[in-house]
Amino acid sequence: MQEDRRRFLIESGRFLLLTGAAGIAFDHVLAGEPEKAPNYDATRHWWAMLVDIEQCIGCGGCVRACKDENGVSHEPFYFRTWVERYHVDPLDAEHPRVDSPNGGHDGFPEIYRQGDGAKAFFVPKLCNHCEHSPCVQVCPVGATFESPDGVVLVDKSYCLGCRYCVQACPYGCRYIDPEQQVVDKCTLCYHRITQGLTTACCEVCPTGARQLADLKDPKDPIHEFLRTHTINVLKPQMATGAKVYYNGLDGSVR
Amino acid sequence: MRLLEGRAHLVRVAGLFAAGLVVFVVIRALLVPADFGVYGHYRAGALDDARKLPVVHAGQATCAECHTDIAELRAKGRHARIGCESCHGAQVRHAKAPDEAKPERPNGRTTCVNCHAANVARPAKHPQVDVAEHPGDDTACIACHVPHQPGTAPEVK
Repeated sequence: MQEDRRRFLIESGRFLLLTGAAGIAFDHVLAGEPEKAPNYDATRHWWAMLVDIEQCIGCGGCVRACKDENGVSHEPFYFRTWVERYHVDPLDAEHPRVDSPNGGHDGFPEIYRQGDGAKAFFVPKLCNHCEHSPCVQVCPVGATFESPDGVVLVDKSYCLGCRYCVQACPYGCRYIDPEQQVVDKCTLCYHRITQGLTTACCEVCPTGARQLADLKDPKDPIHEFLRTHTINVLKPQMATGAKVYYNGLDGSVR
Repeated sequence: MRLLEGRAHLVRVAGLFAAGLVVFVVIRALLVPADFGVYGHYRAGALDDARKLPVVHAGQATCAECHTDIAELRAKGRHARIGCESCHGAQVRHAKAPDEAKPERPNGRTTCVNCHAANVARPAKHPQVDVAEHPGDDTACIACHVPHQPGTAPEVK
């Protein structure tokens, strides 16, 4: 009798605990699959970013917002995203002048003359969240990886700080965190996009030059944009599977 | 046992090898986290770690929940698509405790100049002014222009 009551209480307690969405989520957590919990299903997303160079005005808002959102060191040279200014002289198109004062954090003081005949534009840069990331391939301990939803992340508690990935990234998107001495990079604001917010840089971009995109979402406007515009990625010859899509990317951009 | 006769030296090496294997397996089991390799060659918990970071920018939808008047005003002008935090900075602390964390008022000149100072690299269609000519002195932009509704409201107060 005593035994029966005990079992009844345990069973009914378990039933109540595992009822509804919380129960399903808890099941997945127990099974070691938290990304399959109902609030966010990583297998149903494939994140990318769209950068429209024709819209970028070089205000540097994205650089400032990124540093605020992610606690990036405010010393110069530490950037998860930065903006470059290109100035292509038609008489020497092979050697564009490129500058990025403090990554564009404080804007771009005018150094060129209006009407000098050159082609000038801004190129915002960030981690390309490559599908076949060179940085992931070289990590000796599995501290950096491509997540199931297409974001290249760093496990900062697991990183040795060996710097292989910093050298491997063809886009210069990684740096060593000056405080923790482990590698750091753009997470595509993983803490935001997994709860339905856009990235900090896209949130503050005044012209819509940067847009977060979910390639697995058929309703995402990116599909229409990719169809109707001339799109390129940076260094396509490296076959990294870069997922930052640029509209209006000039051939002089390296 | 005849098989092992005269081969004691091999048995000793085999024993040493087996002991080494056991030590390796035990150390590996202790050092490699349990969730390593669930999805790939990484620690599955790292995904949750990345998701746990605090949000700093509240997002314009959150701002519009309280500041409905400004949101309506903004929607009519040319700044309609610009997020509140573009000019006002990250405001999640203000969103959580509106009275305790009061946001600073953006500078009525440098904030505007970030986007609207003339620069050859800016797209020609973007409205720009040479601040040395317009206004030509230290006058704040917002002395004449209405930042929440440029283009529709009277440009000059």
